[in-house]
Amino acid sequence: MPGLGTSFGRGGATTSLQDLQNADCILIEGSNMAEAHPVGFQWVMEAKRRGATIIHVDPRFTRTSAVSDLHVPIRAGSDIAFLGGLVNQVLSNDLDFREYVVAYTNAANIIDADYQGPDDLDGLFSGFDPETGQYDPISWRYEPPEEMNEEERQRDRELREEADAAGTGQDAKRSHQAARSESHGSGGAPVNWKGLRDETLQHPRCVFQILKRHFARYTPEMVEEVCGIRPEQLHQVAEALTSNSGRERTTAFAYAVGWTHHSTGAQMIRTASILQLLLGNIGRPGGGILALRGHASIQGSTDIPTLFNILPGYLPMPLADHHQSLDEWVRADEGKAGFWGNIRSYAVSLLKSYWGDAATPENDFCFDYLPRLTGDHSTYSTVKGQIEGKVKGYFLVGENPAVGSANGKMQRLGLANLDWLVVRDLQMIESADFWKNGPEIETGELVTEDIGTEVFFMPAANHVEKAGSFTQTQRMLQWRDQAVQPPDDCQSELEFYVDLGNRIREKLAGSTDEMDRPLLDLAWDYPVDEHGEPDAEAVLREINGTGPDGAPLSSYTELKADGSTSCGCWIYCGVFADGVNQARRRKPHWEQDQVASEWGWVWPANRRILYNRASAAPDGTPWSERKRYVWWDAEQGRWTGSDVPDFVVDRAPDHVPADGAKGPDAIGGQDPFVMQTDGKGWLFAPVGVADGPLPAHYEPPESPVHNPVYAQQNNPGRKQLSTPSNPINPSFSDVFPYVFTTYRLTEHHTTGAMSRTLPYLTELQPEPFCEVSPRLAAERGLEHGEWVTIVTARTAIEARVLVTERLRSLRLGEQWVEQVGLPYHWGVNGISKGDSPNDLVNVTMDPNVSIQDKVGTCDIRPGRRPRGPELTAYVEDYRRRAGVDLDNPTDGGTDT
Amino acid sequence: MEQFLGWPLVRQVLGRDKLGRGAAAMSQRSRTLEPRTVQADRVVDSVCPFCAVGCAQKVFVKDEKVVQIEGSAASPISRGRLCPKGSASKQLVTSSSRVTKVRYRRPHGTEWEDLDRETALDMIADRVIATRKQFWQWEDEEGRRTRRTLGIASLGGAALDNEENYLMKKLYTAMGAIQIENQARI
Ligand code: SF4
Repeated sequence: MPGLGTSFGRGGATTSLQDLQNADCILIEGSNMAEAHPVGFQWVMEAKRRGATIIHVDPRFTRTSAVSDLHVPIRAGSDIAFLGGLVNQVLSNDLDFREYVVAYTNAANIIDADYQGPDDLDGLFSGFDPETGQYDPISWRYEPPEEMNEEERQRDRELREEADAAGTGQDAKRSHQAARSESHGSGGAPVNWKGLRDETLQHPRCVFQILKRHFARYTPEMVEEVCGIRPEQLHQVAEALTSNSGRERTTAFAYAVGWTHHSTGAQMIRTASILQLLLGNIGRPGGGILALRGHASIQGSTDIPTLFNILPGYLPMPLADHHQSLDEWVRADEGKAGFWGNIRSYAVSLLKSYWGDAATPENDFCFDYLPRLTGDHSTYSTVKGQIEGKVKGYFLVGENPAVGSANGKMQRLGLANLDWLVVRDLQMIESADFWKNGPEIETGELVTEDIGTEVFFMPAANHVEKAGSFTQTQRMLQWRDQAVQPPDDCQSELEFYVDLGNRIREKLAGSTDEMDRPLLDLAWDYPVDEHGEPDAEAVLREINGTGPDGAPLSSYTELKADGSTSCGCWIYCGVFADGVNQARRRKPHWEQDQVASEWGWVWPANRRILYNRASAAPDGTPWSERKRYVWWDAEQGRWTGSDVPDFVVDRAPDHVPADGAKGPDAIGGQDPFVMQTDGKGWLFAPVGVADGPLPAHYEPPESPVHNPVYAQQNNPGRKQLSTPSNPINPSFSDVFPYVFTTYRLTEHHTTGAMSRTLPYLTELQPEPFCEVSPRLAAERGLEHGEWVTIVTARTAIEARVLVTERLRSLRLGEQWVEQVGLPYHWGVNGISKGDSPNDLVNVTMDPNVSIQDKVGTCDIRPGRRPRGPELTAYVEDYRRRAGVDLDNPTDGGTDT
Repeated sequence: MEQFLGWPLVRQVLGRDKLGRGAAAMSQRSRTLEPRTVQADRVVDSVCPFCAVGCAQKVFVKDEKVVQIEGSAASPISRGRLCPKGSASKQLVTSSSRVTKVRYRRPHGTEWEDLDRETALDMIADRVIATRKQFWQWEDEEGRRTRRTLGIASLGGAALDNEENYLMKKLYTAMGAIQIENQARI
């Protein structure tokens, strides 16, 4: 996530679940941890048992709230305002951890004189281009040094050229943004110089002063108006956080998709990062920001991505307008301070693992075999392409977008317009038989015989029928052994893809077409066992990487740019150190200390708490005995402690890099953020975040509320998907007066393919429902336990209604806001069936990551929804009354 | 009378097991019962496939069938616990609605058909080759080299193993397919 990546240098959770027990205070926001990550929640309870204060900020009162010391109800989607209010409390009362802030963050950096913020520009930052809806970040940069050396001059020139080019060529800029912002999963955005610093923090243009001015607007009264949170509650939270941070104490944050699933999602995480940096809680035991991922290996599928814009280890996919050679591809990052400066070694080693002997220095290590990007190729753009007939073949691999993606109808219209579809799953999911069971068949919008899509349902092996590794929420790889063989035709993805590659290569063998070279030269020699299953450990070895002698490497510092090493994912280098599958280590916790370094393997280099150099004071001694973790042993001349130091192990705390030092050599003894090009935690992001160097509150694309903070209503950088199947409700509409938000239940898993099909789980949670407050129930005449219909401009669905005070009516100044809560797991197949709440959700995306906003507006009425074609007419009537024009489908025109 | 004294309720009232959870509830038959975990031929270490907490599991196998899945006490993360999903995961293996045969729907077809796996795999390879070529693009409109196909997309990965994601991205990249996505963005 760029929220964490640009702030700290790596996109992963900074700490572990177990380390939560060391926290003195835990703030859980954007997550219902007790219900969505139940077993992980035991560590919150351990902390509580040891006296920690637990705070839960959430629109609903849930089982997490029930055991917290404080539940703060908040309007869905208003988190930046709340967290911004806390930042303001910290700054205006001088409650930051000043020593940490001065030494380890960019608070002292002076920003370019051209920078202007939303206070000056009515809600925008400087550099906004209204035509493209994008920012040019040049005015957000660190003040250039007065005396530039040759290299800095060169970088300055390039920056200006790039800005000019971007100003004229819209495409150039778009592709630049699309691919760049997420490649900070491990390696921060590059700055061009370390910049001038004023460590007294008094310079009016230093980050600290800019921050103070920026957040001054987020007063307790403003927070109340935006979030519906009373000033006393804000003060209570601020008091808990600040009294539990500092030398002696630490506070941890935990979040989940309650933050990521917004058109301002990356900036919500940025606000939390800013707060944690100001409080000095990053890199320390009981501190950090724990991203709670929702799927077994969602972290892994980002590290070794099946994502359009990155390659393994967060290497960016090359862009057609910038990268036509290996040199051009790595140039922006190469040589900059920190470990990301060695990008060429990581890139060449990846190309070697892809194309083996065919990759040589003479042919740029087959760089040209990599396809190039020209813009946003993310999943929602792809679906739009399917509807428009531009994408004809589709693989769905353990994923069910007809239920799980926003705006299910769009997904199904895309599926219905393919030439062929391959579905790999355990059960007959809604995305596989949409052509006979989809809701559009019922309404007559689609007719089975007219759908030309050829569908192959290929049954999959499940987690006990294959060996392999998952990467869980704290970046830990854990190996699973195979228990039994898969039944009948079921296969693992490993077997399926090895086989598919073999067949394609056989069929193309002998081709002289240049287009086929990357496939024919591919290093694709995976031996299979007697059941046809490839050896997953052999693949893990390839990911780990090997040296010139073919032996497994033990650390990414061994990677070379000359082609003598190969490595499938540099951040995973070391998982096969000493020829041992380190992810398979299972030393029981009772035989280890609390850090348990011999259970599984954590990237990078088995470091459990990231940036742990910051657990010691600038001079290398622990901040306090109580929070001792990693420190400098002057006698040995090494960093030591309970974890693997996330630092150059023999770099003394007082080390000042030589002028002109590059890569890891340029890391100073007090630069704990070793993946950042300036070694510091970023309170202010001079580059790398698409929608502003600082977070600002904007309303969700559909909202009943006029943005109280700025004249700018919505995130000006949000990505919109204008197509007739994605109409947006106008904001402030009487037709759609309520807010809705979606969430999970303990007993079901995402689209339900793995839970609505299991008798045990279905018995526990048998049917879809929604939750509303008693006040809303009275307003609309809804009766507890009865059917209701929920409507947006996309469609209408039905569910049973739970009338409960767990959903609070919020008062924002004069206005009441009511929220409808919707567990989203349902679809038309399985044992437990029902309408899909995701069909209600619109597609408007965060500009950094192209993730949709799960908050929208709706109407809710008693009774079941109309059936068949009457449903279409019913929704059409809503659209007409709200003034939604399908032929001109943009947002409701709420920007002022 | 003797038989009457043997009744569980009577034993509960008269005996020491007042809550009726131990000796009082036992019968001749229940005394000979053994948990499935004891009868297993082998126990295999695994990890829960649902959420990203990553709870460790013990998979009990008898006669090459999974008979039970339980939490593994050794894990420093989960300490033996599983939530309802993890506890139900045996049914992922044994579910009666699980589809274990290839299903095929021809264009415009109204029902699923059988298809043998070899044929299906071969047909898929053919389709990939054809679509890749049909939508192949050496350059974009502005003449910049792109070397790619825009005809093929893929979605999925968060429920898969690292090794699988690795091979998928590797093969797709060699094909020139770029619209490769997973749940991390959804
Ligand atoms: S048992 Fe529950 S908490 Fe543990 S990994 Fe599985 S789903 Fe997550």
